[in-house]
Amino acid sequence: MALNSKIPAGELEAKWEKYKSTCKLVNPANKRQLEVIIIGTGLAGASAAASLGELGYKVKTFCFQDSPRRAHSIAAQGGINAAKNYQNDGDSTFRLFYDTVKGGDYRAREANVYRLASVSANIIDQCVAQGVPFAREYGGLLSNRSFGGTQVQRTFYAAGQTGQQLLIGAYQALERQVALGNVTQYSRHEMLDVVTIDGKARGVIVRNLVTGELERHFGHAVLICSGGYGNVFYLSTNAMGSNVTAAWKAHKKGAYFGNPCFTQIHPTCIPVSGDHQSKLTLMSESLRNDGRIWVPKKQGDTRKPNDIPEEERDYYLERRYPAFGNLVPRDVASRAAKERCDAGYGVGASKQAVYLDYASAIQRYGKIEANKQGLTNADAATITQLGKDVVKEKYGNLFEMYEKITAENPYEVPMRIYPAVHYTMGGLWVDYELKTTVDGLYALGEANFSDHGANRLGASALMQGLADGYFVIPYTLGNYLADDIRTKSIPTDHPAFVEAEKAVRDRIEKLMSIKGSESVESLHKRLGKIMWDKCGMARNEQGLKEAIEEIRALKKEFWSNVRIPGEINEFNPELDKANRVADFIELGELMCMDALHRNESCGGHFREEYQTEEGEALRQDDKYMYVAAWEYKGDSQFEMHKEDLVYDIVHPTQRSYK
Amino acid sequence: MEHNSMNLTLKVWKQKNKNEKGRFETYQVKGISSEMSFLEMFDVLNEQLIAEGKEPIAFDHDCREGICGMCSMYINGRAHGPWHHTTTCQLHMREYKDGDTIVVEPWRASAFPVIKDLVVDRQAFDRIIQAGGYVSVNTGNAVDANAIPIEKHSADEAFASAACIGCGACVAACPNASAMLFVSAKVSHLAMLPQGDPERKIRAVNMVQQMDKEGFGSCTNIGACEAECPKGISLENIARLNREYLGSMLSGGSQNSI
Amino acid sequence: MSWKNYFSTSIGKKIQMSLTGLFLILFLIVHCYINAQIFWNDGGEKFKEAAHFMGTNFVIRTIEIGLFAFLILHMVQGLLLWSRNRARRNTRYAVSAGNATSKWYSRSMALLGTLILLFLVVHLNAFWGPNRLSQTTGHGELDLYVMMRDEFQSVGFVAIYVFGCISLAWHLVHGFYSSFQTLGLTTNKYKTIIHGVGIGFSIIVPLIFALMPIAFFMGWIS
Repeated sequence: MALNSKIPAGELEAKWEKYKSTCKLVNPANKRQLEVIIIGTGLAGASAAASLGELGYKVKTFCFQDSPRRAHSIAAQGGINAAKNYQNDGDSTFRLFYDTVKGGDYRAREANVYRLASVSANIIDQCVAQGVPFAREYGGLLSNRSFGGTQVQRTFYAAGQTGQQLLIGAYQALERQVALGNVTQYSRHEMLDVVTIDGKARGVIVRNLVTGELERHFGHAVLICSGGYGNVFYLSTNAMGSNVTAAWKAHKKGAYFGNPCFTQIHPTCIPVSGDHQSKLTLMSESLRNDGRIWVPKKQGDTRKPNDIPEEERDYYLERRYPAFGNLVPRDVASRAAKERCDAGYGVGASKQAVYLDYASAIQRYGKIEANKQGLTNADAATITQLGKDVVKEKYGNLFEMYEKITAENPYEVPMRIYPAVHYTMGGLWVDYELKTTVDGLYALGEANFSDHGANRLGASALMQGLADGYFVIPYTLGNYLADDIRTKSIPTDHPAFVEAEKAVRDRIEKLMSIKGSESVESLHKRLGKIMWDKCGMARNEQGLKEAIEEIRALKKEFWSNVRIPGEINEFNPELDKANRVADFIELGELMCMDALHRNESCGGHFREEYQTEEGEALRQDDKYMYVAAWEYKGDSQFEMHKEDLVYDIVHPTQRSYK
Repeated sequence: MEHNSMNLTLKVWKQKNKNEKGRFETYQVKGISSEMSFLEMFDVLNEQLIAEGKEPIAFDHDCREGICGMCSMYINGRAHGPWHHTTTCQLHMREYKDGDTIVVEPWRASAFPVIKDLVVDRQAFDRIIQAGGYVSVNTGNAVDANAIPIEKHSADEAFASAACIGCGACVAACPNASAMLFVSAKVSHLAMLPQGDPERKIRAVNMVQQMDKEGFGSCTNIGACEAECPKGISLENIARLNREYLGSMLSGGSQNSI
Repeated sequence: MSWKNYFSTSIGKKIQMSLTGLFLILFLIVHCYINAQIFWNDGGEKFKEAAHFMGTNFVIRTIEIGLFAFLILHMVQGLLLWSRNRARRNTRYAVSAGNATSKWYSRSMALLGTLILLFLVVHLNAFWGPNRLSQTTGHGELDLYVMMRDEFQSVGFVAIYVFGCISLAWHLVHGFYSSFQTLGLTTNKYKTIIHGVGIGFSIIVPLIFALMPIAFFMGWIS
């Protein structure tokens, strides 16, 4: 099947407007007859459910958590970008578009990114109208902060809990639709298959996680809003339950998987403290606004950080990238940290960490504050205290969290940070309408591959999730469903439902019958280690080939030796996990295949064979300027399709943040 | 960081499902590192149980960074354990010492029935939000965000109330199993912003009625909720909810509501 | 929504508790003021004057009916709240937080209230009851001053009174602040003041009450 991205013709700026004014509409009476299934209730899912419910569609939402409000969008800390130019610092839709395309290392679709940038301002308006309490200035207007990879201040935020506030806003809008009867909400339900009839997605098989029962649900369309798959690495900043299962089932039912190897490694996470580690905790990128990152100039320096004099510290980001300094994009900052640690300059017990230091920010803010208060002869202690107060107001909750986890006081001692898996740019391939290669099957938010190319800029994930849910899908879904108004609800005793449910049941029964000796958790850990070592921050041909073999062996072991306690028809978290890990293993293999085929370095995908003399990522635009969309052809069989990326406006160059 | 290794005795509530009676089971765990989080200690225990061919303990958890509100353990008599402003997932084992006995129970409230072991059903909270915890604005109806200036103080206060993570620790800690802190946090968040103003009278009454219907107890201003809230939601929110309610009562503002 | 509906939600019931509680607090002030007249040590002259006014004034007697109505409402509603709230938790915790997260007296309002009720039975039976009985049967007012002086010669009786006042004090420490909280008046600006006044009130008023039997018993008043 040829990939058709269905990008509307015309000028870049006019494409979306034109689409909106010419797409097909569904009249209100017909909307009431059309059923939409939404899998996942994070920013993308909740905003889509609320918006579609408002329009009058009959919506069902499913989430595996106990409430839609728990979705992992809630953990996003830093902020959300929008081209409002409230700061009058030269921002514009075009600049946001340009920064995003460049930040994505020229592997994103121009038209999608432009649409994203152009609706970004509406998102802020919408959220404020819902009562999202963004940070404000004393004049009562909205405040902005800067973020990595940009030179303007366009990030809106709510302390270090922006994701939480945006998700609660979307959740409230969703609950309102539930109250109005437009949306039916299913919590603790996990989607285990998509049902297709005549090549169209027509429903899902879900498992009630409390009772273990399988349920069939019909929908005229199915929206996958189930987030990213960072947990394939076992250790990541994702929630414990975040999984690829819904997306993977869609993939196996015909939806192509786009650029699976594009993984974002976030530079500022709390380092691993031991083998017991179950997840990694992110420290907001906003900390790089004021914090300075450094390592000792001497290899293997064991002195305490505060004993190392200024001239013996290597502020390597400021040294290498004077223009952007500590605010280089995430992929660049992560690789630079890894480079220093690999070269023997790492700090802390594990030597797998660098310092993020607030000492100079405290002094700087302290002096400003002393000036403000007219303290002309303030002593050092006063200035330090004033500075700490300012830092506390800006980042207090993050500092508190750091201290809880590490038992170190970051006001006194520099924080130790190390990169960790955070986001996956890859995902289900979608066209301009967010439709996958299966008719009636859509993917929104992190679950799709679309807008971030090979690297996502900070504060853009929230923007994309909400753009897809609030402002894109209400139009594009209507355009599809307008042709489906004559389709009556298909009864769920249709053979396709029966067959899909049987396949799901068989698989669960097979899993339960293995009764081996390895726990799901330990197999997942092993998968994660293979992925991190060989398909993580740096990859090479040999490692990837080994990884593919190792994963295949692991898959065999999983299916012959996994031990799942408990019963099928009860609340059984181990079984839920086994279902997910089985899919992660298959995905891991595909990720390695994708990484292996892409003989270039771009964004989050760094192949050691392809780097400049200075160690920067080296793209091969003549060969790889395309989206690799993988089709599932059977066990371990995937066929790649290419969607060539055409840059009409932005001219790809070697990214430079120097 | 110094790693201490410890052995602990755990007394954990086991309950097969909503209908069956629960009981305490005693477990021993060895070699727990002081750097582990409380839930990682449970991971160790569960791995041990699986290896022994026993059934692991079911507990709710997800983000493990203190924001999703999913984790919910009542540890030695304290909702989310002894640390101030901390969820169970952020509680670390350096709090404990070798040989300690830790009693772990689920949130106990009639409105939060036990699903299994330490997992409870908190859908009552969703239904309370459905009763009015929102601003009725459809997508695409918004004016420019800066068209509504909001005093910084009000915005900050609204944020402080909106920081609630809906974990239910307030209910768990309250001797009356009241959900007033949760309800008041949402009512306050929206009452302090101009966007929430048009519906404020109906909202307060409807959310309180739903709270009653769900079978939560009533607030008697004991204050255990505030003491145990991992996000520091203050009792002032409850005063504000009371004010909103009285305002509605005295002005007859909710004539059209249920 | 009707007044009845407004008053029947959980907050509505708390408003009933708060308003009746505040009325009872006002009553305590008046009662305390009247009875404190004994401390003039004038053989009960000023006290008798005040007691006569309170016992015979038409307005006061009318309010007295309201007082009893409110008292009963406060008691009944309080006990109902207590029993309903207890039922909100089917299984008790094996380990409870105890005083780590809240004050014992805040958790024990029903118990303290019941103790006060028992004390009230004794108290009304000793003074108010006989006096009103005498009035209604046409025998005129009794000399409450003399009755007090006589009754408070018994150690046991004095002890009951002191114990009653202590219960009242703890009940007030929570109740005073709580009634303002329920009316939503404990804003950031005022809560410290309300808290302080509440504690002061809870100490001073019961203390004055407790000093009355003690003063008679110790012979400070003759």
